[in-house]
Amino acid sequence: MRLLFEGVGHAFDGLEVLEGIDLAVAAGETLAILGPSGCGKSTLLAIAGGLLRPARGRVRLAGTPPEGCLNPLTYVFQDFALLPWRTVAGNVALALEAALDRRQRRERVAEVLRLTGLSDFAGAYPRQLSGGMRQRVGIARALAVRPAVLLMDEPLSALDAQTRELLLEEFLALWRRARTTTLYVTHNLDEALRIADRICVLSRRPGRIRGILEVPLPVAERTAPGHAAVIGELRAELWRMIADEVRAADRELAGAAAAHE
Amino acid sequence: MSEPVREVPFRGGGFAPRRIRRLAPPFFLLLLLLWEGAVRAGTVSALLLPPPSAILEALYELAASGDLWRHLEASLQRLVLGWALGTAAGLLLGLAIGISSLGRTLGIPLVAALFPIPKIAMLPLFILWFGIGEPSKVATIALGSFFPTVINAYAGIDAVPRSLVRMGQSFGLSHRAVILKILLPGALPGILAGARISSSIALVLLLAAEMIGAQYGIGALVLQAGNLMRTDRLMAGVVVLSLLGLAVSALIGLAERRLLAWR
Ligand SMILES: Nc1ncnc2c1ncn2[C@@H]1O[C@H](COP(=O)(O)OP(=O)(O)OP(=O)(O)O)[C@@H](O)[C@H]1O
Ligand SMILES: [Mg+2]
Repeated sequence: MRLLFEGVGHAFDGLEVLEGIDLAVAAGETLAILGPSGCGKSTLLAIAGGLLRPARGRVRLAGTPPEGCLNPLTYVFQDFALLPWRTVAGNVALALEAALDRRQRRERVAEVLRLTGLSDFAGAYPRQLSGGMRQRVGIARALAVRPAVLLMDEPLSALDAQTRELLLEEFLALWRRARTTTLYVTHNLDEALRIADRICVLSRRPGRIRGILEVPLPVAERTAPGHAAVIGELRAELWRMIADEVRAADRELAGAAAAHE
Repeated sequence: MSEPVREVPFRGGGFAPRRIRRLAPPFFLLLLLLWEGAVRAGTVSALLLPPPSAILEALYELAASGDLWRHLEASLQRLVLGWALGTAAGLLLGLAIGISSLGRTLGIPLVAALFPIPKIAMLPLFILWFGIGEPSKVATIALGSFFPTVINAYAGIDAVPRSLVRMGQSFGLSHRAVILKILLPGALPGILAGARISSSIALVLLLAAEMIGAQYGIGALVLQAGNLMRTDRLMAGVVVLSLLGLAVSALIGLAERRLLAWR
């Protein structure tokens, strides 16, 4: 399905956070959102998923949901948001309990646990798992509802660099199969360049669209040595777009802190 | 000239007490023997502090005559009924404070105003309302169990990370499902901690209520024994009370192990 932002803006108690966001995420596209800290990325994602009512504009969802879809707009959270008193299988089943009977539920849970390599951990509790395993559960839970759009807010940023690399590979393999429309918020330029079809750069707060960059290489070929130069150039361009914003945001933060003293 | 070399001195260790196995039972036995010996040697009067053997004998007599079971049954009935009523009502108000603005706005000042009242002070009023019989005692115990339950229930709900609630809503869970599957299980550790507090308060109130006016009940047993200077019986009642307290605490411990195994 397509996700359409139309003139979306937001303010928290007078603090302008987002302004004039017009953006269309195409069906099957992975769009990364990049921007300095505090520019409203999480706010935008919360608005996209219907968790926050925008002060201005609206978000629309176009197209027909995939077969068996139980929750069109589905999140993967930075802090995993697993229920500690439920096992891996229980966490994945949570969102299926209202719609599916016990047998259908068991089948779906088994299927997504297999896809995410968690079959052997179905009975484990979250505290027994590493961060990487926990986020696999978060992904399995999201896939289990057959989402139309995945909303991911820095899903890898709580993980160490090696685990991040590993999970990124796994995401990409899963994406290639399902082609789910994905909105992927990240701080990490390289992550964005690895997974996104397009990268939307936001300005510092209030977040406006600074520019949208297309990554003209198929996802599978981006790590090929022959394309290193292309990727390097894209990275430099991204950094040019974002560096000033990050620098300015940093200075504004420091200024605000000093004024607070 | 050789440079000085010395071993790094050890300075860790300590401050980590652990249980030494099989030391506690002989220690307790020794205390009991000392007690018994002190009374038999005449150092302590047997009337003021009956020795363990006399307490045991009194306990046996009470059990054999059936008196013990009558008293125990009356106490248990009051305790279970009062505690269950107070806890159920407390959970309802705690939930209301935990999830609704109206509940929070009205409930918190109510609890803050009424919680500090010593509940036993209400017994005379309850006797006027309900008569001297069972309802006034049960009401006192229920009232005492109510407040700690309310406070722990809403504190438990407040302690559930809001990110989990958002997660539930983002997956389209109904309000009911968010309450039943996220808030209540998340609040369970707090609710069980509240049950520990409320049950010990209930036990104290049970005793007090029974001492004010009851024919049967452990509190009545202790009071009657005291009036008759039967300190051995009195102490037997105290032993039963202590066992009752231990049993209640063991039950809650069992519930914690069963329900909070995920921790
Ligand atoms: N519920 C809220 N109430 C008030 N202010 C908020 C609220 N949520 C976010 N903000 C503020 O809005 C701004 C944008 O927040 P948001 O979390 O969307 O930024 P972000 O781009 O996701 O930042 P980060 O990169 O650090 O995750 C920040 O200045 C933040 O302090
Ligand atoms: Mg954020």
